[in-house]
Amino acid sequence: MNDETVLSVADLTVTIGTRRGAARAVAGVDWSVRAGETLALVGESGSGKSMSVLAATGLAPRAARVTGDVRLLGTDLAALSAARRRRMRGRHVGFVFQDPMTSLNPVLTVGRQIGEASEVHLGLTRRAARARAIEMLELVGIPSAAERVDAYPHQLSGGMRQRAVIAMALVCEPDLLIADEPTTALDVTTQAQIVELVADLQRRLGTAVVWISHDLGVVAGLADTVAVMYGGRIVEQGAVDAVFAEPAHPYTAALLAARPDPDANVTELVTIPGTPPSPLELPEGCAFWPRCSVRGDSRCERELPPLVPVAAGHQVRTFYPRQTREDR
Amino acid sequence: MTGESVATDAVAELTDLAVWFPTPAGMVHAVDGVSLTVRRGETLGLVGESGSGKSTTGLALLRLVEPTAGTVQVAGQDVTRWSRRRLRRLRRRVAMVFQDPQASLDPRHTVGASIAEPLAVHRLAASGTARRDRVAELLDLVGLRRDLAERHPHELSGGQRQRVGIARALAGEPDLIVLDEPIASLDLSVQAQIMNLLRGLQRELGLTYLFIAHDLAAVEHMSDRVAVMYLGRIVESGTPAQIWREPAHPYTAALLSAVPVADPPVQRSRQRIILAGDVPSPIDPPTGCRFRTRCPQARPDCAQTDPVLVEISSGHQAACLFAGGAVRAMRAQPTNASSP
Ligand SMILES: Nc1ncnc2c1ncn2[C@@H]1O[C@H](COP(=O)(O)OP(=O)(O)OP(=O)(O)O)[C@@H](O)[C@H]1O
Ligand SMILES: Nc1ncnc2c1ncn2[C@@H]1O[C@H](COP(=O)(O)OP(=O)(O)O)[C@@H](O)[C@H]1O
Ligand code: SF4
Ligand code: SF4
Ligand SMILES: [Mg+2]
Ligand SMILES: [Mg+2]
Repeated sequence: MNDETVLSVADLTVTIGTRRGAARAVAGVDWSVRAGETLALVGESGSGKSMSVLAATGLAPRAARVTGDVRLLGTDLAALSAARRRRMRGRHVGFVFQDPMTSLNPVLTVGRQIGEASEVHLGLTRRAARARAIEMLELVGIPSAAERVDAYPHQLSGGMRQRAVIAMALVCEPDLLIADEPTTALDVTTQAQIVELVADLQRRLGTAVVWISHDLGVVAGLADTVAVMYGGRIVEQGAVDAVFAEPAHPYTAALLAARPDPDANVTELVTIPGTPPSPLELPEGCAFWPRCSVRGDSRCERELPPLVPVAAGHQVRTFYPRQTREDR
Repeated sequence: MTGESVATDAVAELTDLAVWFPTPAGMVHAVDGVSLTVRRGETLGLVGESGSGKSTTGLALLRLVEPTAGTVQVAGQDVTRWSRRRLRRLRRRVAMVFQDPQASLDPRHTVGASIAEPLAVHRLAASGTARRDRVAELLDLVGLRRDLAERHPHELSGGQRQRVGIARALAGEPDLIVLDEPIASLDLSVQAQIMNLLRGLQRELGLTYLFIAHDLAAVEHMSDRVAVMYLGRIVESGTPAQIWREPAHPYTAALLSAVPVADPPVQRSRQRIILAGDVPSPIDPPTGCRFRTRCPQARPDCAQTDPVLVEISSGHQAACLFAGGAVRAMRAQPTNASSP
């Protein structure tokens, strides 16, 4: 393991007890992210993207059983007491979620909320924290920051609230930023602003970023490496250019082909039949089997394909990498 | 797309429509002077940022919001001042499909009952048997197994629920279906299924759609003509190719350059026009051109004159004092920095 590695997870598994049985939300996931680097987790809803980062940072719900090895800046998080884990997370990890209101307290000014973290973790005085909050609001491109610092969340637009959350996430200059669908609820123009902002801050601060998204276009522009999740597992992983140019898993290939492309004149879009699997009833073998256009034998149905390399740093979980129905 | 005359093939036509909402903070100018025609058999795409007035425009076609000014015509009839009773007839002519299929279906009703409801309301099936047959036929049309009629909405996937919403909309054999963000809440792999279904149904049944979305690539794919909205106005309209390849309004150009493409080298090196700031409040829209507070090409004239839609080429209109020229200038000098 490289010593620049900021967060790594190995064989991470999350099982959640529900009324209808045990949901295996994450089933043996490995990834790591280094300083200054962006790892994108992509996949459809329910594939385990959020649960894997929540579990990795000790934020899984109480009903969840988490196993595997998680290291933040080389420290085994599971070995820490709850209080020390919380402190370490607060100091070194910033979070941005899809809905800014999950991170903001509606009855406190944004200035207080941004400043609070720097009081707790950096030991700043109330007054210094306020100055720091104004500085952060300027950094994230909020106009008239000296006045907006006293605004309540409801007085800001959706895009501005998300900027305030980013200011809050970055105020302690964390080593790691976790961004879970941070632009999904925003318009494309605001999304472009936020993507640009995070990339710029990352260049300046050397932050490691884990960016969760189902938008392959957004991921194309900002990721260094990408992990495609399906049914709680990584089905393909590698450098973003390689995965997008030569997808080796039938699911990745189909996802890329299913997007309408205005520069190509197609009437019928490529579709993936059916719907993603439920974590309550994950199949024995390949989770994509019921929807896969390549499969042809019962092996796919019975056996779990291992994650195997197809090129340097590019791995895929299928028995038939880079094949189409016609090849088989 | 001017509102001068009712084109013979017009299914619906809005003329100088304004819809204002009184709120404690002031009058919200949600739609503020929109004229558009939806022609029989076509898909008219409506795009724009959140709050630009797309849904309100769609709701006006069903008279689900009160027009403050202007007229609404459906199938050649002026329905602007129709009474509540006559509106029942309108709601058969114009159907709507919503973004969130979960919220638009009654959780207590079975799928079959949900689809049968418009049949009963519009008295379209004489007997229980006729109704059951029609429900089965509608399920076939939208690609759902007939036995799903017995299920409740929570027992379906998001894509299946949206298919039920479409079946309900088809029940009254409407002249026009308003599709308000019909794919936005669906899984990526299911969005393409629904888009194919909608296009297939249109070919088969000769349907007319108003397709509302903020996803430009989806609108381009689905539409015969596209109208771009900003702060309650249509700022540009044309064919998808005209809008995609030769946008004439600076707002359209900015919107297009912000659409991410799934090609890493292209996406990383793309010249982008990143707009500064937020959409202004629709309570107090800017004087002159409404886009001028964010327009990289704004000049003093733009604060004085409110630009109207003018024809740039056949079927292509834009509301910018410097239509065409402003976009060329912007593209020559993209602002790739984060704002402001
Ligand atoms: N019933 C209402 N009362 C007050 N304001 C309203 C009402 N309905 C809509 N508005 C306002 O009118 C404007 C246009 O809203 P509309 O819902 O038509 O936008 P939209 O383009 O569909 O946006 P989105 O993409 O978010 O769905 C917004 O500023 C909205 O807040
Ligand atoms: N608190 C919870 N209780 C039970 N199941 C959950 C809970 N949170 C998530 N899950 C399930 O775990 C799976 C993975 O969820 P998640 O990580 O949120 O997916 P994603 O972020 O990829 O959309 C989903 O099937 C989801 O329904
Ligand atoms: S293992 Fe078989 S079913 Fe699974 S993705 Fe590969 S070919 Fe398809
Ligand atoms: S009229 Fe002026 S402000 Fe409006 S879009 Fe054209 S150049 Fe920009
Ligand atoms: Mg999630
Ligand atoms: Mg809307």
